[in-house]
Amino acid sequence: MLEIKDLYVSVEDQEILRGINLQVNPGEVHAIMGPNGSGKSTLASVLAGREEYEVTSGSVTFKGDDLLDMDVDERAHAGVFLAFQYPVEIPGVSTATFLKSSINAIRKARGQEELKPVDMLKLLRQKAAELEIDPKFLQRSLNEGFSGGEKKRNEMLQMSLLEPTLGILDETDSGLDIDALKVVSDAVNKLRSPDRSFVVVTHYQRLLDYIVPDFVHVLSKGQIVRSGDKSLALELEARGYDWVREGAVQ
Amino acid sequence: MSDSMQTLEKHTSSEYKYGFTSDIDTDSFPKGLNEDVIRGISAKKEEPEWLTEWRLSAYRNWLEMTEPKWPNVEYPPIDYQDIIYYAAPRKKPKYESLDEVDPELLRTFDRLGIPLDEQKVLAGVAVDAVIDSVSVKTTFKKELSELGIIFCSFSEAVKDHPELVREYLGTVVPPADNYFAALNSAVFSDGSFVYIPKGVRCPMELSTYFRINAANTGQFERTLIIAEDESYVSYLEGCTAPMRDENQLHAAVVELVAKEKSTIKYSTVQNWYPGDKDGKGGIYNFVTKRGLCAGNHSKISWAQVETGSSITWKYPSCILKGDYSVGEFYSVAVTNNRQQADTGTKMVHLGKNTRSVIISKGISAGYSQNSYRGQVKVARKAENAHNFSQCDSLLMGDKCGAHTFPYLEVENPSARVEHEATTSKIGEDQLFYLQQRGLREDDAINMIVNGYCKEVFNELPMEFAVEAQKLLEISLEGSVG
Repeated sequence: MLEIKDLYVSVEDQEILRGINLQVNPGEVHAIMGPNGSGKSTLASVLAGREEYEVTSGSVTFKGDDLLDMDVDERAHAGVFLAFQYPVEIPGVSTATFLKSSINAIRKARGQEELKPVDMLKLLRQKAAELEIDPKFLQRSLNEGFSGGEKKRNEMLQMSLLEPTLGILDETDSGLDIDALKVVSDAVNKLRSPDRSFVVVTHYQRLLDYIVPDFVHVLSKGQIVRSGDKSLALELEARGYDWVREGAVQ
Repeated sequence: MSDSMQTLEKHTSSEYKYGFTSDIDTDSFPKGLNEDVIRGISAKKEEPEWLTEWRLSAYRNWLEMTEPKWPNVEYPPIDYQDIIYYAAPRKKPKYESLDEVDPELLRTFDRLGIPLDEQKVLAGVAVDAVIDSVSVKTTFKKELSELGIIFCSFSEAVKDHPELVREYLGTVVPPADNYFAALNSAVFSDGSFVYIPKGVRCPMELSTYFRINAANTGQFERTLIIAEDESYVSYLEGCTAPMRDENQLHAAVVELVAKEKSTIKYSTVQNWYPGDKDGKGGIYNFVTKRGLCAGNHSKISWAQVETGSSITWKYPSCILKGDYSVGEFYSVAVTNNRQQADTGTKMVHLGKNTRSVIISKGISAGYSQNSYRGQVKVARKAENAHNFSQCDSLLMGDKCGAHTFPYLEVENPSARVEHEATTSKIGEDQLFYLQQRGLREDDAINMIVNGYCKEVFNELPMEFAVEAQKLLEISLEGSVG
């Protein structure tokens, strides 16, 4: 599904990622953990195609295609979804309008017909209900004045509507209370399937109690310094990030 | 970053889609302006003596005046003797049905997307299309006249309702109000006239499409709308013009009079030729628009979407004379390439408990300059006046400019005046977010821009709002930095 090979990435001539290797197979959930500044969010952004990150060497293939060669929207069409750490506010654009445009843009790119307004409305209502989102919320301007929890739920709503093949969660758990965390995790777990993969970027082990990963990777100073199964996250929780920092030096 | 700049390039280089000229014989005066030309225009239009004198007096005033230098725009000196002041389609067109209309003219309208057709008629819009200077076609006149509503060309009004024209002409914008108003008063060719009698609610949106066609022809429209007590009218003005190399001067005057408890809504979509991407050609749009809320509880609301013209100089204003009268100004002004716009409004509070709202949204792209200039004036006797102003600027790219010039003059301490202003750039973050959700860059920009303009679009009649969105898309195709 996703294969990252020896990836080096810089921002304004500062090297952030220094030789990342990662293979994600269909159906797998990979957690990327690491201290602040280790490059976790950079990795998520690079996969989604953010412009200011410059890939200096290495490759990323997604379903056999060169992901780095694709535009941001093409990646979305191909099935890459990034749940943002800080979802962006778009004043004057209702959440419903945005969701409709997004769904239809992706359907169109995949050669499907646009959804009829009636079906669209039904779909939006149904998915909103699953995420315990008030339908009135859909009429509000996109993310404008939303609480942290509302923003993250909105991200999950988008993910369940767009049904990506690769879902990347960039610290989706940050700033969430336990109830919101459960809603978010439920959304992800509901989407888990043999042909859909997830890369879950998080600072804390807590999220991984709810979204149980197949693999855990620890990032430090732009490199994966340790990989393991879910027990690695627990160990990390117990021993702290200093433990892996030392590991990086070894 | 470089990708964005490329898109910006692509965007800024998008061509004006309505640029062409049609082959209609025109009956023009020679270039130049003097008293004989003015008498000639007046004679051609078979005007009464008083109007000829009115024009001449305006002309004499104009000779003494100088062009305003305060707007934040630059252009080479205009040679007023190098302009044709009167042009009319040669075949005096007065038609009962579209079949009789010059097919070339109809094709022109078609290409402009002006729906002067049965669909429009069925949609309930009366269209008074002005090509160059003479009214070509007026629909729905009969239905309106049964309600006592007069909606006709200015020339017809002068012939059929001289007493009304004489009573109101120049009462809101005096002939010597400013340089371009004086010029218009001297040489105005045609325009629209609307009269809504007492207690009548105009059942349809009244609409006029202006168009400048003959080369080197300045166009000088004159519009006068009178709403008697307890009446209502919504008036739409839409403009497109063909591509020309020479700059063309357009100096219109619009006067609105709202009596007690009446409402006038005046909406404009302006899409005149903005010049090419190097700033060559384009319309000079120097317009004086003013409304008088004469009666208590009257209301005048201006809504405009300005995407065209190489230079725009325009301040639709309200004189709030009646107690409890309301003035509103909703504006989207888009400039791209080398366009320059200096636009805004004036709200003059004279009556007690008067209210005004100003919502201005400027969008600048390319190398353009976009200025908001607005004045809020509260007179000494205007108790409890309230103004709210919000002026936002959106920048696309780093070579354009946005400027805000608010003027406040408050002589009554009970006034409440609120002003908010923001300047923002289309965010990389916003674009990235929308594109990550599958939207193409152009669609993402349109979505952001439409959201930004929403408060103004909400004030436009439905079909006009749709047109306005399309215009914005065309004007800003792919522009971001």
